[in-house]
Amino acid sequence: MKQASSVVTLNGANRWNERRRTFASTILAAIFLAGIAACSWLLGSSGLSVQLENRNLAPSMTHLFGTDWLGRDMLSRTVKGLALSIKVGLLGAACSVVIAATMGLMAATLGRTVDRMISWLIDVCMSVPHLVMLILIAFVCGGGLKGIAIGIMLTHWPSLARIIRAEAMQLMAAEYVLVARKLGSSRLKVAIRHLAPHLLPQLLVGFLVLFPHAVLHEAAITFLGLGMSPHQPAIGIILSESMRYLSTGMWWLAVFPGLGLLLTVRAFDKLGNHLRQLVDPRHTHL
Amino acid sequence: MRLEGKGIGWRYGNGPWLFSDYDIAIQPGESVGLIGPSGSGKTSLGRLLAGYEKPLTGEVSVPGRSPNHTGYDPVQMIFQHPERAVNPRWSMARTLTEGWSPDAPLLDALGIKDDWLRRYPNELSGGELQRCCIARALGPNTKFLIADEMTTMLDAVTQAQIWHTVLEIASKRQIGLLVISHDHLLVNRICSRIIPFG
Repeated sequence: MKQASSVVTLNGANRWNERRRTFASTILAAIFLAGIAACSWLLGSSGLSVQLENRNLAPSMTHLFGTDWLGRDMLSRTVKGLALSIKVGLLGAACSVVIAATMGLMAATLGRTVDRMISWLIDVCMSVPHLVMLILIAFVCGGGLKGIAIGIMLTHWPSLARIIRAEAMQLMAAEYVLVARKLGSSRLKVAIRHLAPHLLPQLLVGFLVLFPHAVLHEAAITFLGLGMSPHQPAIGIILSESMRYLSTGMWWLAVFPGLGLLLTVRAFDKLGNHLRQLVDPRHTHL
Repeated sequence: MRLEGKGIGWRYGNGPWLFSDYDIAIQPGESVGLIGPSGSGKTSLGRLLAGYEKPLTGEVSVPGRSPNHTGYDPVQMIFQHPERAVNPRWSMARTLTEGWSPDAPLLDALGIKDDWLRRYPNELSGGELQRCCIARALGPNTKFLIADEMTTMLDAVTQAQIWHTVLEIASKRQIGLLVISHDHLLVNRICSRIIPFG
């Protein structure tokens, strides 16, 4: 009897289904994001100043993440760098989602010629590797934070746009959309009132999947030394500078910023995947 | 002022022609029955006449239809599956008023109750949804109505009630009806002319 009841709890309350996992990863990601924002605000910019008497210190209680070859506090630099990466990532992913939604809806509603043009544009953008395109756009836009942000916005939309286009096409063939057209609703009205609400979950998932991508690409492009000035604490810059000192045994220069980047990307990647499985009707919610 | 298909033809992909060089005309106020076995192309013909597809050959002429098919179409079609013809995320009030605002007498005549309007499609039965679809299609600018197996899923009493209302409105407003069905008894009863198809 006792055994039977324990089996029930195992299958019922204690089991972590997709909903719970999504909920948990949402909370973890939110806490992580809030923590970075709060730390970045609390730490101020004092840790970023050069203090030559504190050079090359290993992690200790006064400098949790150690200091670099100029005596700058690595905790401050890591947190500031992450905050910057997250900011660029959020902005880039949000704009990408807006572009993808607009393009996808336009392709589905504005007829065959527009669809061909947009599909061609998507194919062209997808045939060039992200990073190459990103470097080109950042370079054309004059580099700096602005160039990188614009680059990320303009390179991450095609894959999502393709999904949105396919979904919107399917909806356009739905009987209720055909009826709406016959009842006199314009293409714009159909797109906004019938299609967009159905596509919202896909857009949300798309945003969460694009965000870690955008953060990684921001780190990659700053790592390659494009765009920002070396004084700016960006994760990519910190990692690329630390390369020179790793062989001298200063492991903390790369480990903590690297871990921070990994955690950010992993947290949101997981959240995006969980949410995608929840939204996808073909998945069971187990 | 009639709905006319001249020499129209249709097939799916490279399959056999469902019909080709087919002529059909419906006068205002007339009710025409289209009867034929399953898969003979009745629904496809209805879709061509309603302007959902462009015929592969020939042409459909409708008085008052704008050349690029914008605005309220004078030919409205009612489908066999009403649950697919309404947006699942819209309340019935929003669905009903998409093309025009049906007045209370019409809603009464079709047996649409006030409290349905606050509900969503999955909270109504097929018959209740179909009544809403009919009300939605009977706007003041509707000149022709294509009813594709409109009452097939309903019981006999409801069927009679709905057809009674629709026929009354059609004769009052001189709406031309095309009744697509495989129910001989029904079509014999309500149509003045019957076209065997396929």
